[in-house]
Amino acid sequence: MASSGGGGGDRLQVVPSRMTLTQIKGRLSGANKGHSMLKKKSDALTVRLRSILKQVLERKNQSGDLCREALISLAVAKYIVGEEFKVHILENVDKSSLKVSFHSENIAGVTIPLFDKVSMDQDSTEEYEKDTNDGGGVSNQGLSNHQFHSFVSLSGLSKGGQQIATCSENFRKAADNLISLAELQTCFTLLDEAVKVTNRRVNALENVVIPRLENTVAYIISELDELEREEFFRLKLVQNWKERESKSAQEERERLERTSQGFSSFESVPQRVVDGLTLNEEDSDIIF
Amino acid sequence: MQSHTKTKQTKLLSVIGDEDTVCGFLLAGIGEVSQNKETNYFIVKKDTPVSAIEETFKRFTSREDIAVVIINQFVAEKIRELVHSYRAPIPAVLEIPSKDQPYDLSQDSTVKRVRQMLGLGA
Repeated sequence: MASSGGGGGDRLQVVPSRMTLTQIKGRLSGANKGHSMLKKKSDALTVRLRSILKQVLERKNQSGDLCREALISLAVAKYIVGEEFKVHILENVDKSSLKVSFHSENIAGVTIPLFDKVSMDQDSTEEYEKDTNDGGGVSNQGLSNHQFHSFVSLSGLSKGGQQIATCSENFRKAADNLISLAELQTCFTLLDEAVKVTNRRVNALENVVIPRLENTVAYIISELDELEREEFFRLKLVQNWKERESKSAQEERERLERTSQGFSSFESVPQRVVDGLTLNEEDSDIIF
Repeated sequence: MQSHTKTKQTKLLSVIGDEDTVCGFLLAGIGEVSQNKETNYFIVKKDTPVSAIEETFKRFTSREDIAVVIINQFVAEKIRELVHSYRAPIPAVLEIPSKDQPYDLSQDSTVKRVRQMLGLGA
């Protein structure tokens, strides 16, 4: 297929016809619609991503502070209770009482898992792990008698139990914070990826698919125009030719009529032989 | 445009860090030992080889039942390449300060990426 068609550049290899033109135009409008929709999606995702970016930084700072605080309280607890309580903790690990569950949210077609903290109260080895952060706070009053005694028995010092409770509380807070931070970070990672993919698609449509289709449309149109011009020219040519033909036939007839008036009919026979085109009309004339 | 679906599945948090950090989070109740004695925490001591940390990080990040990996910054610093190239959304890797190492927020892999994006976008 000749590349002399309209638009030059990159285009699809198609047969230039009215039918393919309609097909390509349909595809072009589809691509345009897809482009605008994807653009909107990308915008929506970017807006969300930007708000998350800020939150991530804020949370990072916050969780850093909380962790530091928790570590200080651990140091205090260690100072009061003694190093060995760590051994107790490490030995008594069994089942996790702080877990995360998920529910998903849909942002412009991107599914994002949101983390929910799940605290499981269990009366197993680690009683000091009980959820103590429901309002009662750090003080003894916030803890049940049973729990408090377990701290005391663990440490052997009443003050120590309190310190461990504080420490546990602080680490719980830190863990809560970290869970929400993890949620944001997951969100961030997913959205980042989704934005990239969407932008890639938008760009592909904008810079490759749509120009190619446009070029193809232009090519088909120019090719059809050319066919039309050719057709027109051919029509004109035939018309001219026919006109000339009928004119010469007319002249011939007139001439024949004029000559047949003066001469006898058989004298025009050589004329008939010479000009084959006039033969039929001559014949019909004779028949008439 | 927003829909919520509840899934009942719960996942664990995990810690890689020095003894104090791990202890603290165990105190908060995140520790779990599975039936085949597999823990979701890893204590990094002074003489812990980097390869062991790397191995643990890889194991934790590829475990199905872990949603969050909490890691001390100084530990993350030792395996920075690995942490930085880690891009999967779940489990999320979080860097936290440790007791005796200074905490520099700008070293954090996520913070770096966020900064980069904000810088590019501004």
